[in-house]
Amino acid sequence: MTAIAEQPQTTYSVLVGMEVHAQLLTNTKMFCRCSTDYQGDPPNTHTCPVCLGLPGALPVMNRAAIEATIRTGIALNCEISETAVFARKNYNYPDLPKGYQISQYELPQCRNGWLDIELTDGSTKRIRIHRAHLEEDTGKNTHSGNYTLVDLNRAGMPLLEIVTEADIESPEEAYAFLTKLRAILRYLGVNSGDMEKGALRCEPNISVWTAEQKARSEYGTKVEVKNLNSLRAVRGAIAYEAERQAEVLGDGGVIQQVNMGWDEVNQRTVLQRSKESSEDYRYFPEPDLPPVVVSPEWVEKLAATLPELPDSKRQRYENSWGLRPIDAETLSGEQLVADYFEAAVVTYGTDDGKPQRMANWISGELFRLIYADGEGQDLRQISELKIGPEQLAGLVALVDEKVINANTAKKVLEKMYISGEDAQKIVEREGLAMVSDTGVIDEAVAAIFAANPDELGRYRGGEVRLFGFFMGQVMRATKGKADPGAAKERLQELLDNA
Amino acid sequence: MKNTTATELYQLTVHAAVAGLTSGDFSAVDLTRSVLARIEQVDGQVCAYLTVAGEQALEQAEAADRLRAEGDSRPLLGIPLAIKDVLSTEGIVTTAGSKILEGYRPPYTATAVQRLKDAGALVIGKTNTDEFAMGSSTENSGYFTTHNPWNLDRVPGGSSGGSAAAVAADEALASLGTDTGGSVRQPASLCGVVGMKPSYGRVSRYGLIAYGSSLDQIGPITKDVEDAALILNAMAGHDAHDSTSLPAPVPDYTASLTGDIHGLRVGVPAEYFIDGMEPDVETAVRTAIEHLAGLGAEIVPIHLPNTDKALPVYYLIATAEASANLSRFDGIRFGPGGKADRLLDNYRQVRGRGFGREVKQRIMLGTYALSAGYYDAYYGKAQQVRTLIKRDFEAAFADVDVIVSPTSPTTAFPIGEKADDPLAMYLADIFTVSLNLSGMCGISIPCGFDRNSLPIGLQILGPSLGEETILRAAHAYEQTTEWHARRPILA
Repeated sequence: MTAIAEQPQTTYSVLVGMEVHAQLLTNTKMFCRCSTDYQGDPPNTHTCPVCLGLPGALPVMNRAAIEATIRTGIALNCEISETAVFARKNYNYPDLPKGYQISQYELPQCRNGWLDIELTDGSTKRIRIHRAHLEEDTGKNTHSGNYTLVDLNRAGMPLLEIVTEADIESPEEAYAFLTKLRAILRYLGVNSGDMEKGALRCEPNISVWTAEQKARSEYGTKVEVKNLNSLRAVRGAIAYEAERQAEVLGDGGVIQQVNMGWDEVNQRTVLQRSKESSEDYRYFPEPDLPPVVVSPEWVEKLAATLPELPDSKRQRYENSWGLRPIDAETLSGEQLVADYFEAAVVTYGTDDGKPQRMANWISGELFRLIYADGEGQDLRQISELKIGPEQLAGLVALVDEKVINANTAKKVLEKMYISGEDAQKIVEREGLAMVSDTGVIDEAVAAIFAANPDELGRYRGGEVRLFGFFMGQVMRATKGKADPGAAKERLQELLDNA
Repeated sequence: MKNTTATELYQLTVHAAVAGLTSGDFSAVDLTRSVLARIEQVDGQVCAYLTVAGEQALEQAEAADRLRAEGDSRPLLGIPLAIKDVLSTEGIVTTAGSKILEGYRPPYTATAVQRLKDAGALVIGKTNTDEFAMGSSTENSGYFTTHNPWNLDRVPGGSSGGSAAAVAADEALASLGTDTGGSVRQPASLCGVVGMKPSYGRVSRYGLIAYGSSLDQIGPITKDVEDAALILNAMAGHDAHDSTSLPAPVPDYTASLTGDIHGLRVGVPAEYFIDGMEPDVETAVRTAIEHLAGLGAEIVPIHLPNTDKALPVYYLIATAEASANLSRFDGIRFGPGGKADRLLDNYRQVRGRGFGREVKQRIMLGTYALSAGYYDAYYGKAQQVRTLIKRDFEAAFADVDVIVSPTSPTTAFPIGEKADDPLAMYLADIFTVSLNLSGMCGISIPCGFDRNSLPIGLQILGPSLGEETILRAAHAYEQTTEWHARRPILA
């Protein structure tokens, strides 16, 4: 619970229920066989009589979308309904061609699940999932001057709606919940997680209450925030809205039940539409579609297709591979990152703290290089890097074998990142192997002593902090190839054996 | 009135025309020209057609003749058929009898029509209907009223009145209608032709402009029972585009026309012989039942106790579904658009002008039945009673093979008589709506004429997928009577 506004005697805390809409990654739309791959294509080119809502056209269910929904339900610990029923949700808008949206209503596919999130203090918290159901997406209206253009490429896209109970009690919890949910959806391969393109859309329902109201289960008026296209926006909107509502109430005002939007530039919510006349959608069972009957065998079969999910990976990294919790979480959050990490560890080895060393290289240097690639870089592109996990393992092994030192390895990694060459090859071609031969070091030291008699005298006169100066000179003279351990040892000897 | 032996090609049944085409007595072009000439001759009086696609039909007839010469022998090759205007036909204007779809040319063809075309048939035109199939007389058409060929001052029934009148007036060899609460059987009865409603799911609804989705079914309107079987052969069967179509295999329905109904158990429901039924209708139907007994059928008195609830249940369910089905007519993607500046005003303009009174009435009724606070009392309750009605039929069919009744309590009524009295009009469907609620199959065949020389229909009902049995019974009756052979005289 986060305290947000301090009035003389009243403190409000925030309460959030989340609605998440996830476009499912199927090849075809929910009720017709139009391709879902419409991004960037001209308007109304991925359409047919069914998704155009032409007179006489009928919907036919997409089995892949139903399976994706059931798999998600299993991953979110939901009860899977033996019978789910599609209904018609009636309302008129130009982006809704039939004048009703086909959506599971009274009998959704999945109910009563939960998702545990990790809080910053290291504890976990359970967020209950109220329901997860399947529906169809609408088209897209573009308002321009005094007309509106309608693009129905998106109309009929399969959409999974996940609704939580109002269990989220801070912006950070919302952030953690959505991060985890998105990771799971990606692990399952059911959603791209791309919030900017609208493939994943989050609508928090935000209210505040006092401790006394909470004790009486007396909920505040909800405000719904729409069109949030990043996790940061969700966090920001909840924080802002919590503060705004507390202020309104603190000033003796009342909260209106409204829909808000998010102003990214000014980081504030803005009024979209008041809900004073709540709409009657006149839901009734869709007569064009039979109920979805799900046998226990089908659920079992689908459960068997679930991949290892982030939580289980994280625990395995910590318990079997000894990773620090923070690294375990970072590397398990994205399946493609986890795949890369695991492939690297398999080549590199699991003994002797090796997984942690590999984790350091990936979450440190490799991530830095990916992010440095510029705007819009995403850790998931780790799967498309020129440097494969086996090659990274080869590089880190060279450090372990003292063939190169860590600094050299970073430079080699940069070259590998660009060219995709093996570390060994770069080290050989460029003569980067470390110098631990005392002869070479002796030679360098002798030259340094000759060139810096003053410093040598002062050191030997007791100014021992000059050791660093000589060490730097050695590394410079050997162009960084000197094995720092060996060089340090030999330098000490030579300085002290005057 | 006269007994016809076909002297003109347009008078032929489908099976007779197929025989003539096969033996080379005439060509598909001859046949199509003959029907087109007949339309030219009498449709000014009958007004059965909304659109005549003469040129396209002749082109297809020519193609059919060429194909036949090359050895093509598909069952309906070169047969011109009329199609009710609620069925989508690619490139041919399809209005559902509504101004809101004026000029709309669908980019695709309904599965049922496509299957007939695949069997070689050609579409000669689109027939008039009550707007969106909502009505029992065609008086609710957004364009004009069709006249009954037996008496031009009378209605042909509806909503497939255009299709029934076209067949009765020899303006089509056969036609397709749709039946949501009796809209094939009732006009067939009033026009003295054969009209069949297959079991729900037997014929794909894809491309049928929906009225009541859980009730709608496409059926043939023909000059005799054999033609109904022929057309059903071509149309029936599962369709991947319609999730409610049944996967059951399709038999050869003509094979069930054996003429033998010895031992057939025929149920006669007490609830279908009511006060208010015209005495001539009752007499004709009771005589027909005796006739069936004479053919060896066993007559069994039965009860369908929830019959009196069928009409209100039908009007709640059909209108509720229709209120959603008709939402898509918003003037944005098809049909005449609006010119208002604001979205809501545009909807009001398009729908206010485009829909007729009866359609608006049913949309309002259905919207009300689904509204928050009323759903349980109306739509929810109606669904429960629907189950009871279905159980009545299931119980009855445990004991009998078919059920017979009048198709309509009256013969064709005068145009205008019930146009302003919706409740009186709704009663025209009293014997037909239960069947749609039950999802089972039925057929109406001619069984006599009243004192005004207007045709009377006998309804034969069967269980789900019981088409073979009702066709067999209907055929046995028809082949031992002469009612079906009579045709109206049109100047």
